[in-house]
Amino acid sequence: MRLLTHNLLASNVKGTTAGFPLKLEVLVKEERSTEFDAAFLLHTLPKLNWSAFRAAAESLGVDKLPSTYPERDELTNEFLRVFHHALLEIEVQEGYLICPETGRRFPVRKGIPNMMLNEDEVD
Amino acid sequence: MSRPEFTAPPQIFYNDVEARKYTHSSRVVEIQERLTERAVELLNIPDDGVPRLLLDVGCGSGLSGERLTSLGHEWIGTDISMNMLEVAQEREVLGGVVQYDMGHGCPFRPGVFDGCISISAIQWLCNADNSLHRPRRRLASFFNHLYRCLKRGSKAVLQFYPDNAEQVEMITTSALRVGFSGGLVVDYPNSTRAKKYFLVLAAGSESSATEFSASTHICGLVGDELLNKPGINIVGRKKARKNLSPSRKISSVSHSRSKRHPDNKGRAWIEKKKSQAQLKGKETARNSKYTGRKRKDRI
Repeated sequence: MRLLTHNLLASNVKGTTAGFPLKLEVLVKEERSTEFDAAFLLHTLPKLNWSAFRAAAESLGVDKLPSTYPERDELTNEFLRVFHHALLEIEVQEGYLICPETGRRFPVRKGIPNMMLNEDEVD
Repeated sequence: MSRPEFTAPPQIFYNDVEARKYTHSSRVVEIQERLTERAVELLNIPDDGVPRLLLDVGCGSGLSGERLTSLGHEWIGTDISMNMLEVAQEREVLGGVVQYDMGHGCPFRPGVFDGCISISAIQWLCNADNSLHRPRRRLASFFNHLYRCLKRGSKAVLQFYPDNAEQVEMITTSALRVGFSGGLVVDYPNSTRAKKYFLVLAAGSESSATEFSASTHICGLVGDELLNKPGINIVGRKKARKNLSPSRKISSVSHSRSKRHPDNKGRAWIEKKKSQAQLKGKETARNSKYTGRKRKDRI
């Protein structure tokens, strides 16, 4: 699971209002390089929840990201490289995603987050 | 082979063996790619070279996703079968995959996706695999969440294999009920084998969509012009009722029966219908003195 996926996910457990951001608990992570695509990065940036993204990136060891949502003049090539690395190149292989409201733990196994609900957790 | 929907629930049907078979069959791969291409075509994404973020519902082993990647888009896929997703991970597809049951909705934040495709998946929603499953409820929940996680004005193209006409209607009405606009596109309608159903849906009103392509804009304009033209009235159901004669109106209000059994047709009509059905080889109730009689009023 990459941080892009993590940033889009929300918990749907019965009784949650937003279900976001999911807390990330990392056991095993992996890095692999992917193609750099500035157009996609700029297109995706406004969709992200920045504070959640930054917190998740920090827990994976990327600490060069600005603490607030980057302004137009901060969108340098250097920033985009770091952003690309954090967003698309680090994979959480094993770990947990935790719903901020109900505390429900969703396991991540072999890089696949399991967001399946039991029938009694569906509203 | 009979329909896989009838053999077992998806998470059991798509087991390790089936998942591998799926990706190794060149025929399956080819069909999936062709369907994905067609779905993306129907999504009508503006041709500006910007990669979009798409949702792939029922992504399986990522065959459709790979085509999306090669068309230059990023994607996130969901599927209920862990075995299929494991195959996807092994093949190192570029999109993200999430295990989820689409009948429970979509586990994503609102308004994040620029579009959604689904290849041969949503007919599974029409099945009840255990006593807690209610197909209509699962469909409603799926479309409701799908609408929420799509950006306003974006589209969803869902290809599916309906078992019968009722399923098509059930799926389409569930989608329109939650606020989607759109309809069904049928490719190769005259061929039984090549026929493909695509449910093309738009989230949010077309006028508020800023990123809609030229062709949709033209459709919108034509619609507006029709509305403004003198002499053409859009008559709703309520308006039509007003024009009825007073006696009809009362009868239609007092006991509105179903279309199949209109209340003023009489015994002759019933007998005619019965003989028509018999000619087709269907069984009918035998005629008796009670045929076509009104039931007693009950308290």
